[in-house]
Amino acid sequence: MTKVTMTVNGKAVSGEVEGRTLLSAFLREGLGLTGTHVGCDTSQCGACVVHVDGKAVKSCTMFALDAAGSTVKTIEGMNNPDGSLGTLQQAFQNYHGLQCGFCTPGMVMSSAALLAENPKPTEAEVRHYLEGNICRCTGYHNIVKAVLAASGQDVPAVAAE
Amino acid sequence: MHNFDFVKPSTIADAVKALTGDGAQALSGGQTLTPTMKQRLAAPTVLVSLTGIAEMKGVCMGDDGLSVGAATPHAVVAKEAAKQYPALAALAGGIGDPAVRNRGTIGGSLANNDPAACYPSAVLGSGATVVTNKRKIAADDYFQGMFSTALDEGEIITGVTFPVPEKAAYVKFNQPASRFALTGVFVAKFKGGVRVAVTGASNNGVFRWAEAEKALSANFAASALDGLTVSADDLIGDLHGTPAYRANLVKVLTKRAVEAAR
Repeated sequence: MTKVTMTVNGKAVSGEVEGRTLLSAFLREGLGLTGTHVGCDTSQCGACVVHVDGKAVKSCTMFALDAAGSTVKTIEGMNNPDGSLGTLQQAFQNYHGLQCGFCTPGMVMSSAALLAENPKPTEAEVRHYLEGNICRCTGYHNIVKAVLAASGQDVPAVAAE
Repeated sequence: MHNFDFVKPSTIADAVKALTGDGAQALSGGQTLTPTMKQRLAAPTVLVSLTGIAEMKGVCMGDDGLSVGAATPHAVVAKEAAKQYPALAALAGGIGDPAVRNRGTIGGSLANNDPAACYPSAVLGSGATVVTNKRKIAADDYFQGMFSTALDEGEIITGVTFPVPEKAAYVKFNQPASRFALTGVFVAKFKGGVRVAVTGASNNGVFRWAEAEKALSANFAASALDGLTVSADDLIGDLHGTPAYRANLVKVLTKRAVEAAR
């Protein structure tokens, strides 16, 4: 076991991990931050997306030791300081951007990375950016609406494609 | 996944040293190697992460062309090469999905040489040079078949130098489930002639389509390819496309790449 130290949601954390411990496992089992979901464990679904040094990554496809010294943000770090839902989270609720909610942590983290890069994305850009996040409930339209709303733009009536 | 010792050196020299042990394996962005290890198709005893080596990161223009550090993620190439080599930047920006592009690196892609990966077509199509800790390898000598390269045991790719063509484009036919290229073609027009590199089509990995290069060097227009056909012999056949389907795609995508080249 090796000691790993990083900053998660603004707090310095550390723990003992094996070489093979994935970042997703360290967050969930080591730190109890179970908001990060492991959907497929094969790098396909995006439910485990977190930010490492500001970049969206699949935490099931990165070793915890490779994130040593990094600044990590998970879904638990997305709310407002007073504990209320953050802008993106609130938009997901307002626009019913989830049903079962399993993919939502990854959707929110990917969407936050998009808005950090591109604060006013078009509908097409939102869909393109969320290519690596799979949702089996919503058909994506309400997720796209939520991201557009969170960016402060008018939300069009999104037609089925 | 079997357990292993994880080391993260900060210099190329330390990485080379760490890779000399039995069962040691280099790890770059890990977007292929990690899933491979989960399936126990690879079980290194020591994993040497190359992403902490500053001298292997970044994009810069030099006398020989555009140099890309081997540990530079796709997202960085997409952004930083956009002005100097737009076709390369566009290729990098179309690999996988955004989260994959934030971790996956050019060096990792080339060392793995997946027959459907995007980067090998840019490297072969540009006539780029693969730089390692020991030597410089011309693209034409580097790719040696599916998952096979000129790299020796423990040799590390440190960067790639791309001559920048007058015009180029990469067009891929997306395999939407894997986000790899079902087939992809990179066309590059240099002063001295045209290079055409095809990925996702051959059982032998990336290859140059010599007849198309000849025709396009004489006349850089999609119509110059009208009389050509691609043999389906030894092309990849799977549930997504037969060898004949891929043979047709090679021609269609080459035409599209010629039209898109700028």
